[in-house]
Amino acid sequence: MNSNAVTEIFLARGLRPIHPLHAILLAFPLPLFLIAFLSDLAYASTYEIQWSNFAAWLIVGALAGGGLALLWVLIELARDRTARTQRLVAYAGALVLMWLLGFINALVHAKDAWAIMPEAIWLSAIAVLLALAAAWIGFSGLRAGAAT
Amino acid sequence: MKRRAFLMTGGAMLALSACSGDPPAPEYGPEPTLPEPQRGLLPSMVIPRPAGWGDALPTVPEGYTITAIATDFGISRQTLVLPNGDILVTEGTGGGAPALRPKDLIANFIKGLGKSKAPSGKRLTLLRDADGDGVYEIRTAFAEDLNAPYGLALIGNALYVANQDELVRFDYRVGQTEASGPPAHVSDLPSAINHHWTKAMTASPDGRFLYVGIGSNSNITERGMGAEADRAMIWEIDAQTGAHRQYATGLRNPTALAFQPGTAQLWAAVNERDEIGPNLVPDYLTSVREGGFYGWPYSYWGQNIDPRVRPQDPEKVAAAIRPDYSLGSHVAALGLAFSSPAMGAPFAEGVFVGEHGSWNRSTPVGYKVIFVPFRDGRPAGEPIDFVTGFLHEGRARGRPVGVTLDPSGALIVADDLSNTIWRVTPNQAGTEAGRP
Repeated sequence: MNSNAVTEIFLARGLRPIHPLHAILLAFPLPLFLIAFLSDLAYASTYEIQWSNFAAWLIVGALAGGGLALLWVLIELARDRTARTQRLVAYAGALVLMWLLGFINALVHAKDAWAIMPEAIWLSAIAVLLALAAAWIGFSGLRAGAAT
Repeated sequence: MKRRAFLMTGGAMLALSACSGDPPAPEYGPEPTLPEPQRGLLPSMVIPRPAGWGDALPTVPEGYTITAIATDFGISRQTLVLPNGDILVTEGTGGGAPALRPKDLIANFIKGLGKSKAPSGKRLTLLRDADGDGVYEIRTAFAEDLNAPYGLALIGNALYVANQDELVRFDYRVGQTEASGPPAHVSDLPSAINHHWTKAMTASPDGRFLYVGIGSNSNITERGMGAEADRAMIWEIDAQTGAHRQYATGLRNPTALAFQPGTAQLWAAVNERDEIGPNLVPDYLTSVREGGFYGWPYSYWGQNIDPRVRPQDPEKVAAAIRPDYSLGSHVAALGLAFSSPAMGAPFAEGVFVGEHGSWNRSTPVGYKVIFVPFRDGRPAGEPIDFVTGFLHEGRARGRPVGVTLDPSGALIVADDLSNTIWRVTPNQAGTEAGRP
């Protein structure tokens, strides 16, 4: 089966392959929010402030990558009516939620020292889950292996 | 809109408390009312943007006159009046630690909007009024290439300058307008990071010791306790040998030091912590007890624990001394000078305090020079505005820093926004005559 045929099958099922650059941007939030969450846990258990500093920068990184991915999908939705599949809308929704919560998390992490606790832990944990959801939906457009 | 809503809520609360007969919360004095700590998602930040003075002058009490005796400094901070009436001005700016968190980038930019854009002068400038007419017609660079000089003290023929990283000594003869050579090293001063970089200084009346205020390296330990070694304290330095010891600790940012005339009692103006509300924590004026601990970072105003600090230290909290006199939260007291009868009867006994002004409040406070009256050697009563008008229609025309008494009957005020040295004199000489 040649690649054109594969693409046609996906398109017929409402699945579109994600652009490589879009995929790279979408690859940011989950690991960065995850490490931010782990850093928050490390700060909470050690009082070592540098963990908290790491978390603050990681969240900014997640917001930068996630924000650009969100911009990408919003432009896609705006430009092309046929692109407005349920999957893409759900993906955009997950990204919006993730970004807003991540932004609040960034503001919380801008408080000084222990003032970030306990909100930082909860917000980072929820951000991980939303980033997981966004990445799951966003990347599920195209799969390796034989199409059934 | 949101801010207006907050203000209206505050107004309603004030009205309510007035109805219930509670006295309005005094923020100044020995017993300030301390609200519960609070902070929203964003800290309150209102930075009055700079505006020129034009033809305007700061406001002084009736019977007093203010003049700008010199301007165009490379950020004028503190002054020292020499025995012959010459005035030394420290110029420059220090600190500048790299941003540690994303927040630092943003907060530093916003705070920078309210500061002078003048390049750092890195020098001591001497001003002289040779004929005593109140016009300082001679201006010379007394010493140059100093690293953010701040505190000044004269002991006999030795002029001590506290740079942001080093205490140095110049030889000084009365009448000199330029240093005779490069300064001698006396002692290193803590300068790693230098979040609070100013090194306030005064000399003991007997001339044996210098006292240097060393501010904390953070607002409230957000750089970790490791960064706070030898910070938030007053050092006592032997003027001869340069040897030092910790004289008092737990003072977050001791920005101005002065000895009470006729006593061996050191006093300090101290800037307290931010970001736990508009009325927390009061900046204060206090007599400094040798060996005393004043709370930072674990607690404020005695035993009020700051929950932002982990791990806590209950023993230190229990030992924390309550300061003598609240100047109000966020006023940023940066100048301290004891008055004398030469300033005229209403201001004869007490201290002048230069207030740089707030950033962490939706309604700015400070931006003025106040007078705290003393009775029997202790602060007594409410502060009196002495120099105002720095804040005008929401903009800052100037920001007071150092205040220094000229014994002939004048208050010298350094302004680091309009880069001006102001001189306030009583029109009628006090019990002592003014300048002839």
